[in-house]
Amino acid sequence: MNVQEPRLLTGGEAVAHALCQIEPDVVPVYPITPQTPIIQTFSSLVANGAAHTEIVNVESEHSAMSAAIGAALAGARTATATSSQGLALMAEVVYIAASMRAPLTMAVGNRALSGPINIHCDHSDSMLVRDSGVVQLFAENAQEAYDLMVMAPRIAEHPDVCLPVLVCQDGFTITHAAEPVRMLADEDVRAFVGTYRTPVRPLLDAAHPATHGPFAMPDYYFEFRRAQAAALEAAADVVAEIADDFALLTGRVNHAVESYRLDDAESVLVALGSTAGTVKDVVDELRDDGEAVGLLKIRSFRPFPASVMRESIGGRREVIVLDRADSPGGAPPLAAEVAFALAGLDASLRSHVYGLGGRDLHPEAIRQIFHGEAPRYVGVRGELCPV
Amino acid sequence: MPQLKQWEELPVAGVVAPADAVQPQTGGWRTAGRPVMDLSACVNCLLCWLYCPDSAIVLDGATFAGIDYDYCKGCALCVEVCPVSALAMEPEADG
Repeated sequence: MNVQEPRLLTGGEAVAHALCQIEPDVVPVYPITPQTPIIQTFSSLVANGAAHTEIVNVESEHSAMSAAIGAALAGARTATATSSQGLALMAEVVYIAASMRAPLTMAVGNRALSGPINIHCDHSDSMLVRDSGVVQLFAENAQEAYDLMVMAPRIAEHPDVCLPVLVCQDGFTITHAAEPVRMLADEDVRAFVGTYRTPVRPLLDAAHPATHGPFAMPDYYFEFRRAQAAALEAAADVVAEIADDFALLTGRVNHAVESYRLDDAESVLVALGSTAGTVKDVVDELRDDGEAVGLLKIRSFRPFPASVMRESIGGRREVIVLDRADSPGGAPPLAAEVAFALAGLDASLRSHVYGLGGRDLHPEAIRQIFHGEAPRYVGVRGELCPV
Repeated sequence: MPQLKQWEELPVAGVVAPADAVQPQTGGWRTAGRPVMDLSACVNCLLCWLYCPDSAIVLDGATFAGIDYDYCKGCALCVEVCPVSALAMEPEADG
């Protein structure tokens, strides 16, 4: 195990340092708050000679992902980064990146989608590409953002997967907040990620020309989509395998889910991202008061660890899902996943939406949520009735 | 028509090597007759070959050698550009 002294880094800086250590061949990227510090820090590192990467200053996020697909399929290890409206503009090409099975990585600083226009955190941007066929990992803090970024190329490039991997961190709450982060040594990261696995038929191999991204009529489109679903299903085992390898190196375990004081918990809260950290503190306090509460934190939203969830919290009295994104007129995305995963079991299910557009979720609100005293939309003025 | 593949038999991302490419015979798309060449009038200028959007004019070296009706979509551009009216649209042979 390689133990490094902690450094004080924001989540954005931590991911930028991870990218520098991974040393992608190509990074096409367009700035957007709150992702900008990631690419700004990374660009400084590259300019100072810490990594040899071709940074492509493209004219939009749509172009960033388009260039990233080309680079990745031509045989270059490729990464990019974005947030919010950038991800929305990029969304069309994110689907194509997944379909063309481009094994690239993308750092996401989660930010609310317009409108109204807002720069602060929620998960509506990531949820917009929920069905695109990419792997989506959510970090709780800067350390996890760093760790997941180092793990990401191995997951993306695994032959069973070959898909984009998005490493999501909460905008500002993680991207801009400085915390102690234990980085690996450069040589350890380089040994961990290895060399880029060139595609079987690289785009620029003129001696072996091939058609990439072919048209698929009704006789084949459905089969291609099925194969893509299988790749995401296979990613579940790959995430576990890479997490085990990473744990051997660092002692830090980053599996698809994290159980926190779940053993005898009657009431279990399910959450993504930085809020899980606050929930852990509240769980500790309520446990001190003798309440049987726990947390199931989801790191891997895609692939969604439904069977793990069913095994770990299937028999609990109450499951409470916190979504930092809404689906107006329907079930919020995480709640819908959990409901499907636990269908047919006896647990009562409660869904709350919180934190849209950067609204803070305080420990007192989490206590109210556990106690059934919070409204469906937590923290909205005028929303008084419990669920 | 070749046997359609199962989803697990598809190449990753549907990347198609030339040898694996399906060659659908787009000549079946013709709906308004086919171009027919009167060789006695042809001056072998090859404008039809140059203009054909489907590469359906077959050459033998640099000499007009026929029309590949498996790929001719019947657009009649060759008839339009022929300077000596050697090409004309005619009903399909099979009606």
